[in-house]
Amino acid sequence: MNQQEQFRLKVGLAEMLKGGVIMDVMSADQAEIAQEAGAAAVMALERIPSEIRRQGGVARMSDPLMIRAIQKAVDIPVMAKCRIGHLAEAQILEALEIDFIDESEVLTPADEEHHVWKHDFKIPFVCGCRDLGEALRRIGEGAALIRTKGEAGTGNIVEAVRHMRSVQKHLKRLASLRDDELMSEAKTLGAPLELVRQVAKTGRLPVPNFAAGGVALPADASLMMQLGAEAVFVGSGIFEVGKDLAPADQRKAQLTMASAIVKAVANYDRPELLAEISTGLPVAMRGISLETLTEEQRLARRGW
Amino acid sequence: MPGVDGEPAPRPRVGVLSLQGDFERHSRTLEACGASPVRVTLPEHLADLGALVLPGGESSTMLRLMDATGLRAPLETFLRVKPVLGTCAGVILLGRETDRLPRETFGVLDIATSRNAYGRQVHSFTAPVEAPAAGGTLTGVFIRAPRITRVGAGVEVIARRERDRGESEVVGVRCGNVVGITFHPELTGDLRLHRWFLTAVAQLALPTPAAASGPRTAAEPRGSEAA
Repeated sequence: MNQQEQFRLKVGLAEMLKGGVIMDVMSADQAEIAQEAGAAAVMALERIPSEIRRQGGVARMSDPLMIRAIQKAVDIPVMAKCRIGHLAEAQILEALEIDFIDESEVLTPADEEHHVWKHDFKIPFVCGCRDLGEALRRIGEGAALIRTKGEAGTGNIVEAVRHMRSVQKHLKRLASLRDDELMSEAKTLGAPLELVRQVAKTGRLPVPNFAAGGVALPADASLMMQLGAEAVFVGSGIFEVGKDLAPADQRKAQLTMASAIVKAVANYDRPELLAEISTGLPVAMRGISLETLTEEQRLARRGW
Repeated sequence: MPGVDGEPAPRPRVGVLSLQGDFERHSRTLEACGASPVRVTLPEHLADLGALVLPGGESSTMLRLMDATGLRAPLETFLRVKPVLGTCAGVILLGRETDRLPRETFGVLDIATSRNAYGRQVHSFTAPVEAPAAGGTLTGVFIRAPRITRVGAGVEVIARRERDRGESEVVGVRCGNVVGITFHPELTGDLRLHRWFLTAVAQLALPTPAAASGPRTAAEPRGSEAA
């Protein structure tokens, strides 16, 4: 199979996830809750971002045993994260037949200079970005799906909004430029010229563009969709809910929040429905105000 | 078919179920064919449609959202009379039997399907598909695709794929004005299958290619240029 056909298959799976919610899960039980709520895919990881923040230490790829248990538990696609630049983790995830790899800033980076060369893999990658230049660098390396970085594990949407607005603003700007202005623009963006030219011509990214990092409520999901996201990742926003409840109540609370966010993404532009969906929800994760984070605690700074 | 006074026919309204999945690529393909795509998420969106497309995506997610938005019953009524094209997850929903879904499928095609029958994404593939009615050999893009495991009496096979040792398998079927395929023409930029569905199956009049603003193939298919 040539690289073009390979890439079409990768982007094709990303297209199938549109209008959906991809949920972080830490066990087969949680994966079942996600599937029952209508998730379009799950992301298998050992600790959701909020726990990584609390516990510290080096965050790595998940244990294959846990990944396999999740693959067995659900029929929807299963994603998993590798550390930025950790091509061996990526190879292991491919051997495990993960459907999508997230080369993620939520894990501790393995390489501060290079990301994984994603064209070498048969399975697709999703990567985070803060702006258009970063998005196009990752696509140049072979990413089949782009998401905002946001600020994972904070339950605070402000960074995801900043990143999505930045990408959208720059897409519009590119479309307004003349051909002879694109080389200079590519230099400023730090992005491959061919991709810059393609985006200038079509007015959109060559791969789907999802939101991630800080989604805690249906309203947050709706906001990101209205700003141009085509689907939504929810990290800590679901399984951080109801943690002090008894197991049965906890499951119910998490299922309620998960279903509400799924419905909100499908109906993101219907405020009267969103009002109904948002009524009587369990208490959302407490969240973190960004001013209280030091520069080192900001995960979005990882990768470039 | 030109309308009165030689005016080009108006663009027919064709719905795309847009709860979840690759509805955007189908909408763009329909637009390139000369139809006017309509985003369908609520019952009232089904009014005045000439046909409907059920896209690929997660069939379990779509079934759950249909219940949540009250779309299930009106959709069942619609599917009994109007032309519909289902791709991938869409053909699962149209079929009679399948595996491991939270809710029964619509059963308007007397077929059985097996979900993710080729395996996970690493086993997704591209292969030629023979679809004589829809114009010949098509590029079949199969993504975590289902398999059609039983074809009932009265269901016509419209697309096949060569497998090993000269055997072939069914990848597309039709019964009356209901068409189901397991692959994704909307990802290829090739408009033949959609055009065939709109004109030969749904009997809709499209503006002639010269009158339609779209080119013969969908512009800038994603995932074909960036690699």
